[in-house]
Amino acid sequence: MQRQEIVISGSGGQGVVLGGIIVAEAAAIYEDRFATHNQSYGPEARGGASKSEVIISDGAIHFPEVENPDILVALTQEAVDKFAGTVKPDGILITDTMVKKLPAKGEYKTYVLPIRATAEEVRGQIVTNMVTLGALVVITKIVGLEALKQAVLARIPKGTEAINMQALEAGMKIAEKEL
Amino acid sequence: MSKREVRLMQGNEACAEAALYAGVKFFAGYPITPATEIMEILSRKLPQVGGVFLQMEDEISSMAAVIGASIGGLKSLTATSGPGFTLKQENIGYAAMVEIPCVIVDVQRGGPSTGLPTLPAQMDVMQARWGTHGDHPIVVLCPSTVYEYYTLTVQAVNFAEMLRTPVIVLSDAIVGHLREKVVLPELGELKIVNRKMTTVAPKDFLPYKADEDGVPPFVNYGTGYRYHITSNNHDEGGFPATNNHQIADSLLRRLHDKVEKRRSEIVITEEIMTEDADVIIFAYGCTARSAYSAVEEARKKGMKVGLIKALTLWPFPFEVLLKYSKQAKHVIVPEMNLGQLAGEVERTLKDCPVKVTRLNRIDGRMITPEQIVSTISEVI
Amino acid sequence: MATHVSEYLRLDKMPHIWCPGCGTGIILGAVVRAIAKLGYKRDDVVVVTGIGCSSRTNAIIDFNTFQTTHGRALSFATGFKMARPEMKVIVITGDGDGSGIGGNHLIHTARRNIDITTILVNNGIYGMTGGQYSPLTPRGCIASTAATGTMEPCFDMCELVKAAGATYVARGTAYHATMLEQLIAKALEHHGFSFVEGIAQCPIGFGRRNNQKTPVDMLNWQKDHAITIAAAAKASPEELAGKFLIGEFVNKEAPEFSDVYWEASRKAQQKVKEAR
Repeated sequence: MQRQEIVISGSGGQGVVLGGIIVAEAAAIYEDRFATHNQSYGPEARGGASKSEVIISDGAIHFPEVENPDILVALTQEAVDKFAGTVKPDGILITDTMVKKLPAKGEYKTYVLPIRATAEEVRGQIVTNMVTLGALVVITKIVGLEALKQAVLARIPKGTEAINMQALEAGMKIAEKEL
Repeated sequence: MSKREVRLMQGNEACAEAALYAGVKFFAGYPITPATEIMEILSRKLPQVGGVFLQMEDEISSMAAVIGASIGGLKSLTATSGPGFTLKQENIGYAAMVEIPCVIVDVQRGGPSTGLPTLPAQMDVMQARWGTHGDHPIVVLCPSTVYEYYTLTVQAVNFAEMLRTPVIVLSDAIVGHLREKVVLPELGELKIVNRKMTTVAPKDFLPYKADEDGVPPFVNYGTGYRYHITSNNHDEGGFPATNNHQIADSLLRRLHDKVEKRRSEIVITEEIMTEDADVIIFAYGCTARSAYSAVEEARKKGMKVGLIKALTLWPFPFEVLLKYSKQAKHVIVPEMNLGQLAGEVERTLKDCPVKVTRLNRIDGRMITPEQIVSTISEVI
Repeated sequence: MATHVSEYLRLDKMPHIWCPGCGTGIILGAVVRAIAKLGYKRDDVVVVTGIGCSSRTNAIIDFNTFQTTHGRALSFATGFKMARPEMKVIVITGDGDGSGIGGNHLIHTARRNIDITTILVNNGIYGMTGGQYSPLTPRGCIASTAATGTMEPCFDMCELVKAAGATYVARGTAYHATMLEQLIAKALEHHGFSFVEGIAQCPIGFGRRNNQKTPVDMLNWQKDHAITIAAAAKASPEELAGKFLIGEFVNKEAPEFSDVYWEASRKAQQKVKEAR
């Protein structure tokens, strides 16, 4: 696969940074490809705008920044407003049903999913990233499900495996409905 | 089976792990973005290996404690960013003058002053060279990838111990915070250098009498060798010689010579797709990543472009540039500053038929491959 | 065991750099005699200094010695002490070095309670640079940068380091040299951060500008204005006017920093071992 650029953005507390790291690790370690991860977040530890940039490629990755993502996951209105305009014409936007003002229909494909509501149903805001990852792999197949699961299990605290897997699968389910 | 561990690692984490690999047993520092991860990691790991981690009251005392611990015989390192690097400078000069090994990691951010605390820049290139007053030797290494951040941190510790001089690892907010895949070297895979110790008896020991290589052997306090260290101009015995012109001259020349003598070992560069290049991009740090992508892009378009990546910034790697002075028609120097290293490139090539073009960006964003490709198109 | 002071000196590095009548040598003498009396091995002692007249002390004493940058001796010493916890670390500093440019390090080193003994030679002036007022120059005194007298109040260093958490604090003078030696000996034997201020005369930088014409005048001033803590307790406010206290202000036990650190390190190492 050639270079694929993914941006996951939301607000602090949704686990956006960790979610991005897990995707990158799934590709780099469990699928033996190349991957980079970059993050930015506001000075507030919680509630500020938060962004993960992931690049996955079969070759070495030199320029590590994402200017026009192939895939944008935007979980908040702020994230949609800020980044939807950067998505590549043949790209994908995944956003949340709670985002009220969607951008004017671009050339890219848009999926509106109840990610945040599903997270709340499973456990709360803290598993938003797991629901997101589940939906992301189903829609984009950016990494394999097995690699993703291994990467998740390697990163999460012991004793939280069941709940995280449950959230991941819930995310897959809401995405499968849209395909 | 290789025991090499594969990890998705953040740059600053690689730096901290590499310090431990190199045998660093002492860190003192002060919190500063975007370098803080290094101290956070070492605050956990150094106590686990019987090393010392100190969070000091300020940047100045951090540098002082690092030198004090190195006088105590421990491999020592600190990490900071622009404003803190400035505060450390006086004591970096002290380390150079009294020949005490130490490593300073500067994760560059936008300046001057508080500037852009979370955003990358390459504005400390000249501060790294000339930040402390007086003519002093310095070695500055500059990683562009997480793996290089690891290996160059090990090298920095090695060079510091080998030369008994401060060595600077000049990274930046991009390389510091980027996570990428690294295959970690196994124990024993990378060479580890320890400082040279004296072999003479206490009565014959002169702490600043250098060997052929210009480096005086070290000895620990408390072992029967009582001696004096002062950053005043000093004689071979280590005592002040503040009015002795001859000693002042020979001491300072030796400090420079010991680095120059090891030049071939210290100066590290990489030449990428340069064999037939008409245009050479001379780049370092995170900008070398953009340059690499730009070269790939330009090659696809049929342009003969290559990259020289400088991993050592000081001593300045003029040799590699001169090697291409007849072959290349253009050298482009992209930097996230207003031309700090371009001046050195121009100085190196001033008598050669090569046109040097600067490409500068200072807004806290990386130079993009597109910017470099478009500069290539303009100069051709 | 060496008993004579000269055995602790680097006699070949004489003459020293101090002006005739300077009090720094008397304070240094008290330090060396205290060490001699305690019987410390020269190899086990490290003396760290900064910049200034008092910081030139360690070039002429035969221990492990290093002179650092202005004001930073305590930070260098902290790094050294953590690297070599078995060694006896002494810092000799001055009023400019220790209370001015290095004041921040002094209060933080006191706060940490690391086992370092600090001797602050207080001559109330920047001597080496020619007599500028320091943070310890009493208000109203003449200095080369205070032609009509300093306008700033001065620190009481013993009160300052006490407030910062030092576990041994004392003050002596060059005139009361025997008492000073005893205070320094107690400071050296104290486990934790210990601080002794030694009031010293600077006839050239301070005395000749401030109506104390000779070194003897200055020593007499110390004799007349110092009062022991015990005597002060019984004295009337009139008797105490213009006087300064000498003696031991603080002598208490508290966890020493490197003990705390190495205990935590030992536990961390144990945990790693168990995890394997």
